[in-house]
Amino acid sequence: MAQINTTLPTAKQRQKHLKKRSLWADAWLRLRKNKSAVVGMIMLATILLVVYTSPLYLDYDNDVVKPNLSQTLKFPAEGKLLGADELGRDVLARILWGGRISITIGIMAMLLSSIIGCTLGALSGYYGGKTDGIIMRSLDVFMAIPSLLLMITLVSVMKPTLTNLIIALAVGSVPSVSRMVRAQVLYIKGQEFIEAIRAQGASDFRIIVMHILPNAISPLISQFVMEIAGLILAISGLSFIGLGVQPPDPEWGAMLSSGREHIRDVWHVTAFPGLALVLTVVSLTLVGDGLRDALDPRMKR
Amino acid sequence: MSRYILKRLLQMIPIVIGVSVIVFLLLSLSPGDPAKMILGLNAKEEELALMREQLGLNDPIPLQYFHYMKNVLIGDFGTSYSTKQSVIEMIAVRLPPTLILSFGSLLTILIVAIPLGIALAVKQNSPFDNIMRVVSLFFAAMPGFWIGILMIILFSVKLGWLPANGFDKPSAMIMPIICSSIAGWAVNSRITRASMLDVIRQDYIRTARAKGLKESVVIRKHALKNALLPTITSVGMAVGGCFGGSVIMEMLFGINGMGKMMIDALRQKDIPTIMAGVIITAVIIAVANLLTDLAYSYVDPRIRSMYARRRTIRKEVAGNGSN
Repeated sequence: MAQINTTLPTAKQRQKHLKKRSLWADAWLRLRKNKSAVVGMIMLATILLVVYTSPLYLDYDNDVVKPNLSQTLKFPAEGKLLGADELGRDVLARILWGGRISITIGIMAMLLSSIIGCTLGALSGYYGGKTDGIIMRSLDVFMAIPSLLLMITLVSVMKPTLTNLIIALAVGSVPSVSRMVRAQVLYIKGQEFIEAIRAQGASDFRIIVMHILPNAISPLISQFVMEIAGLILAISGLSFIGLGVQPPDPEWGAMLSSGREHIRDVWHVTAFPGLALVLTVVSLTLVGDGLRDALDPRMKR
Repeated sequence: MSRYILKRLLQMIPIVIGVSVIVFLLLSLSPGDPAKMILGLNAKEEELALMREQLGLNDPIPLQYFHYMKNVLIGDFGTSYSTKQSVIEMIAVRLPPTLILSFGSLLTILIVAIPLGIALAVKQNSPFDNIMRVVSLFFAAMPGFWIGILMIILFSVKLGWLPANGFDKPSAMIMPIICSSIAGWAVNSRITRASMLDVIRQDYIRTARAKGLKESVVIRKHALKNALLPTITSVGMAVGGCFGGSVIMEMLFGINGMGKMMIDALRQKDIPTIMAGVIITAVIIAVANLLTDLAYSYVDPRIRSMYARRRTIRKEVAGNGSN
């Protein structure tokens, strides 16, 4: 139950209320008030900062991929904070470098799938009728295969390069993104302001791009953030079965996969990459949840 | 109702055909020569040419596809390029473990998530609720294969309670099923909790309480069915996830299921096996989706009566657009 605020607003607060705020400023204010979203943002910012600055203090050849057989499977100790893997490479360095790969692929795949998904969803929702039928029925075909299986099939028929990996992941998530966008577009298309704009003689393209999509996207942003989390999990799954990021490049799922061979002797080679994965996904989920609450128009005052 | 089921079954046909066309195209256009896969790298050029001719690989792709589908329609999925076994026989062996794993996980999700969600809603904002909020956040974020690795370390390596490999006895099934359903427990208990909270705030629940019914009866008899609809949607959507996820579980736990078969087949460009695996998966998922929709009508009589008024519904759907 929300507490009823009995104190009268101060002059300053009243002034604040009078000021017109944009949707985004408004959302930002609500996001800042949401404790778990703030925790998520701090976690995410820390992860992104540490992971993306890793090339500044790590050398790919020496720290990340060079075997050091004297250190094989060494337990966490001073100098090697999280221990060493089966080739004596520093687990921490590989987690940091691998995070850069995972998160970049996740973001790129999300961007690609949301560009395709927004286009298809907007066309389908706006024009309806035959266009809608053709697009949605073709997407049904892709929905009929589990997305992970679709990604696996795509990756294995193409060469496992980073670009192909991004394409496969994006294709796997396009159907669900398009459906979400379509539902939003259908809802906004029916509103009066769209009719008003059409009455002013705006072209379909202008209506979709300038008026429908910006309104459709704001509730979807939280979905996109969580989509990144899902995609990062998917990449690690693919790498885990050997179809994702290829050795010697580090990736969290790939590290888990190679560490699996040694679970009878040591735990640190599998525990820490997984933990990095979980913390990243948790922070993205918290931020996504917070964004949903902050951007959802129904929550507004 | 039976007309509805029949209609849905007929709708599956174009989808399955679409899936087979796309996968066949992908496989045919991708690099790699099946003849070389079958005969090995040392095969002579004449032998390769002969093998290609035998497999019909020299025909145009549409023709190859029609030949393949003609055989599928009479129940012949062909012979695997790599194992030389009949694909149907391979699938007869590989499908049961995957089905047990996927539907076992779905069942476990229902058994764990629904009671847990109800308990969390009834005890809203209690310490238990607050702790579970954080726990489920983490459970939902953990990849199944990582939980699997940690469980193997604990239960197989350290304690020696459960086997780390195979799927032949019930004790071997425990870990794979738990690992592939644990994220589902977390997600669906949250969904059940949220919808339960929505429902128990409604007037008819207050009426039921005012009648002097016991709280347990109010929850069980009056609130539960209505609160289950979002959970059914979510579990229904999880079918595909469980099936896809079983690929990774099978690799981790060394289970001889469909997923492992698909991975092996994809590595060797074993077209008949891949095609059969994809087609059968698509059919199973379509049937599971149908069952989900039927479960709605069981839980919500309003939907049942909607099937009876089919014409009205069709008009409504045409008006709103289905999503």
